[in-house]
Amino acid sequence: MAGAVTAHLSDSASVRPKHVTEKPIVRWLLTGIALLFLGFVVLLPLVAVFVEAFQQGVNLYWASITDPDAVAALKLTLITALISVPLNTVFGIAAAWAITKFRFRGKNFLITLIDLPFSISPVISGLIFVLLFGAQGWFGPWLDSHDIQILFALPGIVLATTFVTFPFVARELIPLMQAQGVQEEEAAASLGAKGWQIFFRVTLPNIKWGLLYGIILCNARAMGEFGAVSVVSGHIRGETNTLPLHVEILYNEYQFSASFAVASLLVFLALITLGVKSFVEWKSAQRAKGGEANGTAS
Amino acid sequence: MGLHLELRNVSKAYGGHLAASDVSFGIERGKLIGLLGPSGGGKSTLLRILAGLETPDTGDILINGKRVNDVAPQERGIGFVFQNYALFKHMNVFDNIAFGLTIRKAKKAEIAERVNELLDLTGLRGFEKRYPHQLSGGQRQRVAFARALAPRPELLLLDEPFAAIDAKVRKELRTWLKQLIETIGITSIFVTHDQDEAVEVADEMLIVQQGRLEQQGTPVDVYTAPKTAFVAGFIGQSQIIAQPRELVGFGDIALPETGRAIIRPEFVEAGRPHEMTTPSASAKGTVRRVFFRGAHLELEIDLGGNRLAAHRSLDQEPIQPGEEVSVLIHRIYVVTDHNAVMVENPLKVDPLPVHI
Repeated sequence: MAGAVTAHLSDSASVRPKHVTEKPIVRWLLTGIALLFLGFVVLLPLVAVFVEAFQQGVNLYWASITDPDAVAALKLTLITALISVPLNTVFGIAAAWAITKFRFRGKNFLITLIDLPFSISPVISGLIFVLLFGAQGWFGPWLDSHDIQILFALPGIVLATTFVTFPFVARELIPLMQAQGVQEEEAAASLGAKGWQIFFRVTLPNIKWGLLYGIILCNARAMGEFGAVSVVSGHIRGETNTLPLHVEILYNEYQFSASFAVASLLVFLALITLGVKSFVEWKSAQRAKGGEANGTAS
Repeated sequence: MGLHLELRNVSKAYGGHLAASDVSFGIERGKLIGLLGPSGGGKSTLLRILAGLETPDTGDILINGKRVNDVAPQERGIGFVFQNYALFKHMNVFDNIAFGLTIRKAKKAEIAERVNELLDLTGLRGFEKRYPHQLSGGQRQRVAFARALAPRPELLLLDEPFAAIDAKVRKELRTWLKQLIETIGITSIFVTHDQDEAVEVADEMLIVQQGRLEQQGTPVDVYTAPKTAFVAGFIGQSQIIAQPRELVGFGDIALPETGRAIIRPEFVEAGRPHEMTTPSASAKGTVRRVFFRGAHLELEIDLGGNRLAAHRSLDQEPIQPGEEVSVLIHRIYVVTDHNAVMVENPLKVDPLPVHI
């Protein structure tokens, strides 16, 4: 499972001076191993998705992705992401703000709690909601008597997705905000700015690239989540199937081409996300370059 | 002119560490104050308490005679220049300077006028579209200064304003800042650990150590009449002599039991016997080392087991290490744990020096 690992590469880090670099053969060997591994584990499956998807022709591909159930799944996936990503963005900013700007009891506990969804299996995450809202769960009877449907419906799917993806934004922001400190905010305060003015004029512009990066990671995961959603969705075709679940169902029904066709939709969504992510990385690297010039300009 | 700013019995502790301990002082309007002391002595804490960025545990802060303890930093009318400037990285120079006015929702034309005025005043004209990372240290310092001044504060606080700037630019900036502050006539307090800086720039100095205010006075006062042992040892270049009575001329004077002596190089005259002004009051010492100090030489002299420093002009005949020299100590500070007293060498002023 991918944690919020951020690798901001810059050229200056990748060009190593002669006295600390390794022999060419070692470099080629290491690069080769990495590429080979990447090819087998990432590239080959990715190619396979498209090969399988188009195996029985473009017509079937088109039919598969325009199938009402597939369209419904795509819609549900997007709606889920559209609700849970903004929720997690607000939560992430609030949590990072609280953790980095204030001293309070139980701060470490809060940090651990934020990591919880990363450390437990998504299936367990889904089961938690079944235990809470299921027919035999804590709130099940009460919900039932008030005719509120959470499990096997949109609210359950959104809850499970939000739970699984909530560390991304906070995890991205906490180290960033810790590194930035409070000086600029204090400067703003001494110049007369108050709470929200400081936040919108000083804090937010300073964290915007990190925040965007967190949102992108969060979004990628929200659209791709399978385990937790699978447990709470109920797999009702055209109603509670997200894209990943729909792929699985098609596959289990031996509709391989259709299943891969729908999977390719997810791949497209992922590629768009990756594209945006690269742009954000490029943009923030440019900013960092500007920052490096700090020391040299005189 | 009454006191512009006053601190009364202000204390502040972090954990068990006292950053400010019962500090009281008053500052007159329009004065430029240097808050001087060793690193970690509580200078920045005092400044932050004044600005409202820290809350004192006890004591009162008064501005224009009004207690402002509960007034938020936004409302105190104080400009603050941070040690690392804390410029807004994502804003250009113009927007940085304009920030305080933009927040107050001033009219666009008014903002532009004030910012332009400050750009001229700080010599930053032509840089208004630049971002902080495109500026040198000295320029950033000026931006921070202009930004703090833009909302027309009554009081300007500067935390180590020159610390991050290289030596040559620092000297220029010091002079520039002093002139500028005089022109504007704003009451200012700057923190520094560099006594040259404080002596050169400040109208008045506050010496702070371990959270305590040791002395307040003009640089001349502090330099010539240190009130505490700490100030006597901290200001200037000081050598401590454990037994002042061993020094020639100071044998008979009334000294406190626990008194030590502090001697500065400028109190010591050293040279060949024929160069001395008052040979009778001189003692013999040996030159251990000679340092080149740019404008003068510094001699390290061994005087009966005590180590002294003395200055010597480059125009005088050079002296080699190992040479014997006459040493005349014009005056010493006798310090105990609590106070410091200046004592002139009695032999120097003795009306009838016995010469046989």
